[in-house]
Amino acid sequence: MAMDLKEIEKLIKEALPDSSVKIEDLAGDGNHYSATIISSKFSGKSKIEQHKMVYNSLKGKMGNELHALAIKTKERNGTNS
Amino acid sequence: MEQTANDLIKNEIDNNEVCLFMKGTPDAPQCGFSMAVSNILKILDVNFKSVNVLENQSLREGIKVFSDWPTIPQLYVKQEFIGGCDIIKEMHENGELAKLLESKNINFKKKS
Repeated sequence: MAMDLKEIEKLIKEALPDSSVKIEDLAGDGNHYSATIISSKFSGKSKIEQHKMVYNSLKGKMGNELHALAIKTKERNGTNS
Repeated sequence: MEQTANDLIKNEIDNNEVCLFMKGTPDAPQCGFSMAVSNILKILDVNFKSVNVLENQSLREGIKVFSDWPTIPQLYVKQEFIGGCDIIKEMHENGELAKLLESKNINFKKKS
């Protein structure tokens, strides 16, 4: 099963409204994506918590409709972004 | 989650300092993400126990509930969930994985 890139971006942005989201379709098959998410909501959170926030935004689609999404999270620290 | 799956997972984590839940085995991984983490542990010469979740459907679903984490692989070190493929790769690249192993007294090959 595949999932549209825009749909992934929309879900993440709904959950993390201040975030910048960059998604790439790694294999061009609508099934293997990588996402880089920058948000101020990540500050003070562990990597595990940050990735969980992204997984949660996808509302259970991760591991189901969405097979492969490599996640990179970064904190937005007001000053340099 | 089935009680048996829960017990099985707990047993593996309690009895193996470094425990990797993966698809396939280190010698014959069945998924690129599982292969990546298993290779990192091999590069670092870490002695680890691998658990092939494809051999047991209740384990495959159970580990996701147990860790509250939707994907596999999953790495545990001394009973602590460290992360999935993305986190382990990032930690390996920035040296945090080596630091973590050191702080938990796990033997591994340090970069010379």
